[in-house]
Amino acid sequence: MFWSALPGAISLGLIWGLMAIGVYITYKVLDFADLTVDGSICTGGAVCAVLMASGVNAWAAIIVAIIAGALAGLVTGIFHTLMGIPAILSGILTQLILWSVNLKIMGQANQVIESRESYVIVSQLEAGWSILIMCGFLAVVIGGLYWFFGTETGCGIRATGNNPNMSRAQGINVSLNKIIGLMISNALVALAGALLAQYQGFADINMGRGAIVIGLAAVIIGEAIVTRISRNFAVQLTGVVLGGIIYYIVYQFVIWLNLDTEYLKMFSAIVVAIFLAIPYWKKRYFYKFAKKRPPEGGGTDAAGASGEQAAAPQAQETERLETPAEAEGGEHV
Amino acid sequence: MSEHILELQNIGKVFNRGSVNEKIALKDFSLTVNEGDFITVIGGNGAGKSTLMNVICGTYPVDEGKVMLGGHDVTRLPEYRRAKYLGRVFQDPMMGTAPNMEIQENLALAYRRGKVRSLMPGIRKREKEFYREQLARLGLGLEERMTAKVGLLSGGQRQSLTLLMATLKKPDLLLLDEHTAALDPKTAAKVLAFTEEIAAENKLTTVMITHNMMDAIRCGNRLIMMQEGRIIYDVSGEEKKSLRVEDLLERFRASAGEVSDRMLLN
Repeated sequence: MFWSALPGAISLGLIWGLMAIGVYITYKVLDFADLTVDGSICTGGAVCAVLMASGVNAWAAIIVAIIAGALAGLVTGIFHTLMGIPAILSGILTQLILWSVNLKIMGQANQVIESRESYVIVSQLEAGWSILIMCGFLAVVIGGLYWFFGTETGCGIRATGNNPNMSRAQGINVSLNKIIGLMISNALVALAGALLAQYQGFADINMGRGAIVIGLAAVIIGEAIVTRISRNFAVQLTGVVLGGIIYYIVYQFVIWLNLDTEYLKMFSAIVVAIFLAIPYWKKRYFYKFAKKRPPEGGGTDAAGASGEQAAAPQAQETERLETPAEAEGGEHV
Repeated sequence: MSEHILELQNIGKVFNRGSVNEKIALKDFSLTVNEGDFITVIGGNGAGKSTLMNVICGTYPVDEGKVMLGGHDVTRLPEYRRAKYLGRVFQDPMMGTAPNMEIQENLALAYRRGKVRSLMPGIRKREKEFYREQLARLGLGLEERMTAKVGLLSGGQRQSLTLLMATLKKPDLLLLDEHTAALDPKTAAKVLAFTEEIAAENKLTTVMITHNMMDAIRCGNRLIMMQEGRIIYDVSGEEKKSLRVEDLLERFRASAGEVSDRMLLN
C-alpha cells in the first residue's frame, strides 16, 4: 500500500518542490522571510480553477495564475520598500489581503476542476505521467533561474540579499531588486498552486495554510542533502526539489503507519524550528568548535584577531569551507 | 566649474530634531574639493565626520543646503544613483563586500557601478583576466582564489578587496571612512600604503576620514579638522607638511574641544 502510493507522493513532492524554489529565492537569496506564499499559492490555484471551470485552456490558465502570483509579490514588495513595513509584516498583510481576494475570485470556499471535461496538465489520476510533466516544468524553471541569477540583474539581486549596504554603494537599486525577487518568487509559488489545483482537481481557500513551513522544510532538507556535493546554484535548487519529495514521502509514510496526520503540520513546524535554531546554537554554545583554527605564525596575533572577526558572522554559512582558506592562513594581509 | 569634484554648500543636518536627544551633526557646513585633492579629515567623536560621509553618499537626506558632485546637483538623488560618482570604503570590513558571493563576482558587481544592470551575463570571461591582474597587485594571493567566497577572507583582505572594488571603475571621488580603524596596526599600514599607491596612480580625488593624526598629516595635500559639525581648521600645502601632532592637539584644545582618548592613544 505504501509502494502504490509512492508515485502520488513523488508528484505531490515535485509540485511542492516547485513552490519551495519560490521560498528559496526569497528566504535564501533575498534574505527576506516572505509569508505572502501562504496566500499566493491559493491565488494561483483559485485563478487557474476558476478560469478552467469557465472553459479556458489549462496552459492559458496557468499563465494567468503566474501573473496573479507576481502581482501578489509586487504588493508585498511595495509594502516593504515604499512603505517601510518590516518584511514579515508585509507578507502577513498581503496574505490577509489575499484571503479576501481568493474568496472573491472563487466566489466560494472552493472550486472544482472537472478533469473529465477539460484537459489538465497534471492529475492524480495519472501520477506517473504527472511526475514526467513536473520534471519538465522543474527543468525549465531551474534552468531559467540559473541563467537569470547569472545575469547582471540577477547578480544584483543576489548582492542585495547578501549585503544591501554594499549593493547601494555599487549603485544597485536595492528596493527594485527586492520587488523583482518577490515577484519571481510568488509567480513560481502561484504556478505551483495552479498545478496543485489541477493535480488534485480543485482549489480550496485553505490549500495554502502552512505552505511557508512546507517550503522551508524542503529548503532545509534540500540544503542538508546537497551542500556537501556542490554549491552550484542549480544543484542547490535541485536539492530543494528533493527536499519537497522527501517531505511528501515522509508524509505518505506517516499515513501508512496509520498515525494521525493532523499532527503533521505541528511536527513540520517543530522540525523547521529546530533546524533554524541549529546555526544559532552552534554559534552561541559551540563557538569554540566552530572557529577551530591552526596556530598563527609568530607576531600575527592581531592579524589573527581580525581574521576571526571576518570569519565569525559567516560561521554558519561557511564553517565547512573554512579549512582551505585557513590552510593558506597566516597571510592575513 | 568641472574642476570642483565635490561642493557642499551650507549643509545643515540635525538628528532627532525637537527631542531631548537633538544632535546637530552638521551646521552651515561648506566644503569644496578640487580635482586631484587628497583630503584627510580628523575630529573628535561626534564631530560630524561620519555624517559628512553619509551626506555625500546620500545615506540620508540633508535638512538644508546643496550637494554637488562633478557639477551635478545630487542633493535629492538616492544613494544608489550617486554611486556612479563615488568609490567607497567603510570602517567595517564586513560592509563593503558580499560575503556569500565569489571574489570575482564581487569585482564584477563593482565593475558595473553606475551602469544599468541588464540581462547580459553578470561576469564575462575576458573580464576575469583583468580582475586577476588587479588582484595580483594586492600581493595577497587572492588572484589564485577568484572563485572563493569573500566571507572566507580576513578583515584586512576584505578591506583591500573593497578598496580595489571602489577604484576598479575610476570614481570621481574616493571616500574612505576610517577604513583602517578596525584593522590591526600592521594590516592597517599595508592597507593605507595600498590606498596611497592606488590614489596616486589613478590621480584619484580622495576624502579620507581618519582618527590617526600622524596618518592625517603624512597623507594627502590638505587636512581638515572638524568640531561640532563645523570645520575649525583647514590647512594645505607647505603649512600642512610642517604640521606636528602637537600642533593638532593644540588646535583641538584651543577650540575647547575634548581630545578623545582614541586620538591620543594613536
